[in-house]
Amino acid sequence: MFLAVHSQQVPGKKQSKSTLISYGTIHLGNGDLLENAFVGFDEGKITYVSTEPPDINYEIIIDARNKHIYPGFIALNTSLGLGEIDAVRATIDDDEIGDFLPHVRSIIAYNAESKVVETMRMNGVLISQIAPNGGIISGSSSVVQLDAWNWEDAVIRYDQGIHLNWPSPYSRTGYSYYRGPSIIKKSDKYDLNVEEIKNFFDSSKAYLNEPNPNPVSLPYKAMAPVFNGNATIFLHADDAKQIKDGVRFLQDQKIKNIVVVGGTNSLGAGDFLADNNIKIALEQPHNLPSMEDEDVKSRFRLASQLINKGVTVAVDATGEMTRMNTRNLPFFAGSFAAYGVEKEKAVESITLNAAKVLGIEDNYGSIEVGKSATLFVSHGDALDMRTNNLSHAYIDGRSVSLETNQTKLWQRYKKKVEEEKSN
Amino acid sequence: MKFENNFSKHLVTLLMLIPLFVFSQKEYFPTNSGVKVVNEPYKAFVNATIVVNSEKTIENGTIIFRDGKIINVGKGIKMPKNTIIIDQKDKFIYPSFIETTSSMSIKEAKRLAYSTRSAMYGPTREGFYWNDHILSDYKAYLDYKYDSSKAKELRASGFGVVNTHRSNGIHSGTGILLALSDSSNENQRVLSNNSTEFYSFNRNALSNQSYPTSIMGSMALIRQFFHDLEWYSAGQAKNKDYAIETAIKNKAMPKIWNSGSNLNFLRALKISKELDIPFAVVGSGLEYMDLNAVLKYKNKLIIPVNFPAAYDVSDPDLTKKISLGSLREWNQAPSNLYILEKNNIQFSVTSSGLKKKSELLPNIRKAIRRGLSTKSALEALTVNPALILKIKGVTGELTKGSYANFLVTSKPIFDENSEIYENWVIGVKHVVKKEIKPTSKNKQVVNDTVKKADKKIKAIDFVPVTFPNKAYGNKTVPQSENMIIRNATVWTNEAEGILQNTDVAVSNGVIVAIGQNLQNNNNSREIDGTNKHLTSGVIDEHSHIAASSINESGHNSSAEVTIADVINPNDISIYRTLSGGVTTIQILHGSANPIGGQSAIVKLKWGETAENMLMKDAAKFIKFALGENVKQSNWSSYSRFPQSRMGVEQVYVDFFQRAKEYGEQWDKYNSLPKRTKSKTPKPRYDIEMEVVWEILRGERHISCHSYVQSEINMLMKVAESFGIKINTFTHILEGYKVATKMAKHGAGGSSFSDWWAYKYEVIDAIPYNGPILTEAGVTVAYNSDNAEMIRRLNQEAAKAVKYGGLSEEEAWKYVTLNPAKLLRIDDKVGSIAPGKHADLVIWSHNPLSIYAVAEKTIIEGAIFYDYMKLDEKIKHNEKEREIIITQLKEAKKSGAKTQPAPVIDKRYFECETIDIVNENVQ
Repeated sequence: MFLAVHSQQVPGKKQSKSTLISYGTIHLGNGDLLENAFVGFDEGKITYVSTEPPDINYEIIIDARNKHIYPGFIALNTSLGLGEIDAVRATIDDDEIGDFLPHVRSIIAYNAESKVVETMRMNGVLISQIAPNGGIISGSSSVVQLDAWNWEDAVIRYDQGIHLNWPSPYSRTGYSYYRGPSIIKKSDKYDLNVEEIKNFFDSSKAYLNEPNPNPVSLPYKAMAPVFNGNATIFLHADDAKQIKDGVRFLQDQKIKNIVVVGGTNSLGAGDFLADNNIKIALEQPHNLPSMEDEDVKSRFRLASQLINKGVTVAVDATGEMTRMNTRNLPFFAGSFAAYGVEKEKAVESITLNAAKVLGIEDNYGSIEVGKSATLFVSHGDALDMRTNNLSHAYIDGRSVSLETNQTKLWQRYKKKVEEEKSN
Repeated sequence: MKFENNFSKHLVTLLMLIPLFVFSQKEYFPTNSGVKVVNEPYKAFVNATIVVNSEKTIENGTIIFRDGKIINVGKGIKMPKNTIIIDQKDKFIYPSFIETTSSMSIKEAKRLAYSTRSAMYGPTREGFYWNDHILSDYKAYLDYKYDSSKAKELRASGFGVVNTHRSNGIHSGTGILLALSDSSNENQRVLSNNSTEFYSFNRNALSNQSYPTSIMGSMALIRQFFHDLEWYSAGQAKNKDYAIETAIKNKAMPKIWNSGSNLNFLRALKISKELDIPFAVVGSGLEYMDLNAVLKYKNKLIIPVNFPAAYDVSDPDLTKKISLGSLREWNQAPSNLYILEKNNIQFSVTSSGLKKKSELLPNIRKAIRRGLSTKSALEALTVNPALILKIKGVTGELTKGSYANFLVTSKPIFDENSEIYENWVIGVKHVVKKEIKPTSKNKQVVNDTVKKADKKIKAIDFVPVTFPNKAYGNKTVPQSENMIIRNATVWTNEAEGILQNTDVAVSNGVIVAIGQNLQNNNNSREIDGTNKHLTSGVIDEHSHIAASSINESGHNSSAEVTIADVINPNDISIYRTLSGGVTTIQILHGSANPIGGQSAIVKLKWGETAENMLMKDAAKFIKFALGENVKQSNWSSYSRFPQSRMGVEQVYVDFFQRAKEYGEQWDKYNSLPKRTKSKTPKPRYDIEMEVVWEILRGERHISCHSYVQSEINMLMKVAESFGIKINTFTHILEGYKVATKMAKHGAGGSSFSDWWAYKYEVIDAIPYNGPILTEAGVTVAYNSDNAEMIRRLNQEAAKAVKYGGLSEEEAWKYVTLNPAKLLRIDDKVGSIAPGKHADLVIWSHNPLSIYAVAEKTIIEGAIFYDYMKLDEKIKHNEKEREIIITQLKEAKKSGAKTQPAPVIDKRYFECETIDIVNENVQ
């Protein structure tokens, strides 16, 4: 089942032979589907996509009859490689202290050889946004492909996002063992917190107006790509009010690239997002409703509700044990499909829409001629764990290993059991 | 003699003014301040409407009293010559009220600062019970100091006698009975300095002794305490225990249990029944929600009237966050007393829980507007509390010989604008409110007050109670129906495998037939299953939903606690879980201790009582745990044995060995000939040892939280050395490394499908674990341990197809038949076969598919969840919210005070959740 092209953790070599995957069902990633179709790639780029066989010869031909071909899935807002074992503090590097940290960069802490990262590939997750957590501005995220020797090899786009955690308009008294349920109120600090963010943005802007600032301010300086459009603000906000307030603030600041992250209670802001053409990385649905009365299916239905309003929806991988669970990204999208999202649209939410959110859509996110050959072959529907079963995966045309420490343990102990049984 | 005359005249005046002087004289007390005054005059109220008790009212009556006691009551009764006559024309005389449960005048136990250092396991006191939270020896009298301002507040609300205590400790010791007479001295005021015993679920604030950390621990502790009482009474203890000795002395004393919440209220009732001790139990004011459960008990009830204040609904965003359950409480709680009365439940009313005692009468009147009779209201404040305190005939009625404790009111006391003018306590007058005689000058003012009072009277519409009483509750608890599900793809989990186009018939809660074109002979409901899949209900071997507490972490063994004590039938997780096709779960104790607590196997009957959720005739289980949690390696705790896996083994050996010896001791005792037996002292009954002994006898099975191969192997070896088997290793993520050993031992495995990397001991966890174990011959289930994932166990089963290549049919058994086998309930559930419980799920797609939606979840033939009706339910919730929110807005307009929105914090328990006893948590 596993092509031992490369062993675990040896990244695939640069594509040296042209490859054609033939007679497969191609999920293009843009919402369309080609059946019984061909995709060819060479030197890392897709050279051919059609339902007709190509005229030219390819050096490697893979028969994908009854199989499915997808663009590599893209996981948003993960801390992959920034943490290994949740409970072991020494292995965690996803959160720095301080409030305004646009200068803190996730990429340099990214462990390309994480044993968690390797488990992504075998489920089709080939690209991820590595984002820091905590604070008001947590730092910058970068985009990586998930088969590399080190972070420099892994990077697709450096520091493409600055992560802003919008404050809550509400405050609640802590849960108390002796006083009982907490009380929720309008936060007295909300306006103050927003003002603080405004001050930081204003100060950064003013600082950046000076061509040769002396002394240099690291945080202010790190805001430059936000203002000149080279970086996206990832606005982390759940409630409709938070989303509207945050987006309006950023629009006032003349920020061009805004993506909302989370949005667990965003339905009330659906029209607003559509009207303002703001994309959302919607928190994955394998999370519980936040309020007791909330629709028990709310998290599953939200994607289709937003799409119906005209919002561009991608999937934020946040959840419990979020790093190891990111390998379930295809099934998050599948769950959205179970509750109203058309299947190819669900594929789009973790491919082309995610690439758009990251600003890498020119080269990734769909199977189109000229784009990077980052794709995989699955025995069946990759959004369904029943049938998600990869035979081949490619990143920039490189054939990547589907082996992991876990598959190795599996093989080792399967053999042991078989031997012991036959004795 | 002129001088003398003058003096006695003065004396009389003096007596009237300072009755204290008079009453401070007891006959045997010497007097040095003058001559001893004896032969008090009588006093008599005449021309009053005298409400003797709820049964008897005397119009135009007379009541004569002297020396603090009522001498006579009646119409036209003869008065002694030396009687001071007080005309009470147009007034009403009532017995003063009795408060059963107060803490006034007793110094509060100030909570110790929480110690950040390692937990403390031993008691702080010597010569008492082994647990600091049992304060049976405590006497509130020691911390008593009369608080006249609190007394004034209580008197103004009508109370004459108060039973007060220090609410501290699971056994809080004894309280005192106090007459609220400012001008008396303590000899008269303290009617009893050892009146009743008080109990609660709360720890002693003055001790940091770790055990118990949970409500179930509190319950186990109180049970053990009463066992120990009996054993100690038989004179078997080698030591002296003043706490036990005091409790033995107080055995006949009235006992009051402060329960705190509606679920804890039922728990207190349950314990009371078990121990056969007639506790009077203080409720939550929400008893109407749990009537079916409450009706089963005969205890005396003490009910607060602290109705929730109106919520602030001015901010629509915030208002959305108030749960329907909270909104309903505001709407419904004032009807509580009426509903209790209508169901013939007797109760007393307490003012405890009220922010201001002055809210008592207005709230009682509110309850009367909701239908409560004035008769029950009066009884609840007078004779019923007297019965609880065993002081009927002493006070609470205006009968001969009772204390002269009475209220003088302007009108019938429960009339909207009735005023209490005076509250006489032990014959001493206390003016509450000066009577304003309506002269022409102030007539207008009086009328205005009346009008104003009348305006507030409008009662609001009561929204109906559902089961449970919150969003998604059922109008009535779903009942079994006869039904035929037609033409579905039926996953039987039996030799027949997966059957196409098949009908399944259900009758009386069980599956009766499987086949094609089944006859509908008994008017069964027809359900179309065309293009649908029908399976038996999903079963979760390892869950922590639907419980009020999960971990008793106070000791390294907590075998004595049981989850059955703390089932929370109102947990919204139940409904959410039904939405994933789950019908049966095992609620396991957490993994804080090598030996955890007893588990509960429940059906997710949303709307049923905790007791009715328990699966009948289910096997008995206990949770064990190994590894990081029990050695407390992920939090700063360094004082409890074990701190290493080496120690864990010794805990088991120790407990098994002791339980074996314990059992032998009882076996020996029980096999004695009758005559010798009656002369031989009984061994000490130890709940914890009883439970471990059950394990050794094979009557209780172990489900052990486990990760690493070394410890798994160890526990099997320990078990084998005591001649038992480990029934189930749960989590068991390294089970694949010892798969053949497990198969040989006969242990099952209940695993996660693909979880790993959350702690060090799961570094080698692989999603192929299940299939390898299956290959080795181990019975494998996939479980949730999580309130979110439990809704998607069908998807987790599918991962056994993806990782490890199991067949779909076998993979499906991972969440149905196999967990049923591990729970030893596979004779009842886990497959579709005639005679099995009709626990069925209709799925939109192949149940292993990501696209599968559970459309109907059926338990024993009753539909507990219907996806097709979900939107209807949501709409209904919305509509009802709007109704109550409008009522709240109107209430605010008419002057009601508001409070900010309460948020029901949903706490999701997992193995590692540590909880602390809390009276407010359900």
